[in-house]
Amino acid sequence: MCVKARVAPPACRGAGVAATSRMSALCVQWHRALLAVAARRRIRLPYAALAHLLGLLAGVLAAGSARAVDLPGDRADVMYHLYDGGGVRAHGPALLVRKSLLDKVSLSGTYYIDMVSNASIDVVTTASPFKERRTETGIGVDYVVRDSSITLSATSSEEPDYTADSANVDVSQEVFGGMTTVSLGYTRAQDKVGQRGTPGFIDSAKHWRYRFGVTQILTPRWLMSANFEAVSDEGFLGSPYRVARVFGAAVPERNPRTRTSRAVNFRVIGDLGSRDSGRAEYRYFWDTWNVRAHTAELGYSRYFGDLWLGDGYVRYYTQDRALFYSDNATAETIYISRNRQLSTFDSIAVGTKASYTAKRVPGKYEIKVNGALERVRFNFNDFTDIRSGEKYSFDATIMQVFVSATF
Amino acid sequence: MRTRQIPAAVSPALAAVLACTCLLAGCAVQPWVKPFERERLADPIMKFSRDALSAKHFEHIRDVREGSRGATGVQGGGCGCN
Repeated sequence: MCVKARVAPPACRGAGVAATSRMSALCVQWHRALLAVAARRRIRLPYAALAHLLGLLAGVLAAGSARAVDLPGDRADVMYHLYDGGGVRAHGPALLVRKSLLDKVSLSGTYYIDMVSNASIDVVTTASPFKERRTETGIGVDYVVRDSSITLSATSSEEPDYTADSANVDVSQEVFGGMTTVSLGYTRAQDKVGQRGTPGFIDSAKHWRYRFGVTQILTPRWLMSANFEAVSDEGFLGSPYRVARVFGAAVPERNPRTRTSRAVNFRVIGDLGSRDSGRAEYRYFWDTWNVRAHTAELGYSRYFGDLWLGDGYVRYYTQDRALFYSDNATAETIYISRNRQLSTFDSIAVGTKASYTAKRVPGKYEIKVNGALERVRFNFNDFTDIRSGEKYSFDATIMQVFVSATF
Repeated sequence: MRTRQIPAAVSPALAAVLACTCLLAGCAVQPWVKPFERERLADPIMKFSRDALSAKHFEHIRDVREGSRGATGVQGGGCGCN
């Protein structure tokens, strides 16, 4: 979600303020009319309060008619991405195209390939290294009406032994004269899980995601946002290849078939006054598997001349293990996992991005060449490298190079 | 003198209505940052995420390596891949 900090052209400035006054007047009129009806009919407290609420809601909706939200701009991105660390190398191209039609609808399409060569610690200690390819395609349509935008999108991801499909709907509404953007989103997803050597699929999983967010303009220089997301899963939520250790012996992992998680994220960004900005972010996550996680990020962006834009950031992440996670269990339990994604670990990442404007034709198009590089270190507190007997840790590099054109 | 009690079933609904009323009462509040004062906020460096494709890649990497997920503001969100 991203707030739209609309800047009114000079000719519209007076109109904008006048429109806000008209909205307030309309709001008050509706409010009074509904309360009068409630009084005439001797409607009692909850109904009177409902009338009050409807009046205010009508005011908000009426307020919406005086402004208009812009569609996302037309653009095309071509990217090469790489992740390399912990014995896993995943790289490939990605593509995004977005085009608006009739100033009301914007269509988008994405295509993303991960070519994975996996020799991670799980794989080298319990199986054989392998290579595979994941392809993800996505389509979306954005529709704008008055101060609201509605996005419908769908994605489909295919691997040789795993398919995942999802459908998303996101709605956002500007209120209070464009000062606040409220957004709601819902995702329904379905996965099919296969296992190499077994024809067809062996199991499935369903996912439900509910999102709510608010972005608020605080001052002419500062913005903040708060996001909440709840995710529920049901079905096969592990890997058919991964093994756990019980009394030192390898056994297939056994995960619960349901999981519900919640996350809240607070972000703030401010203009620092020298063609630069700073941002801070904090997320807290908790779920029914007893995983608790904190994420904190600080970032800084700055223009260098007219053509260069640079960013730098530091991200710290820490989490506690799931209830049924064990490095080497000393008791038989219903559920058992040695998935290090569910272990106690922390990671620290340092990243930088640079953007160079290669061609700019004002009012027509702009072409930018971008690069991003992140170095991240993972430190696991209760996951042992059984080859050395030491606690496991590794470094990873994430790289992106992409060209983006806006037109 | 009898005092009127609010039935227990009504009180959560009443609380919800009052909470919504408080939130929506803001429609009478004048925007304290006028549209013509938002020029700095419209600059690309004031976006939490400038490039959707780049953000999606980072989101995917973190989703498959960390136990947590969600609330990142990336639309659609998540990837059901293993």
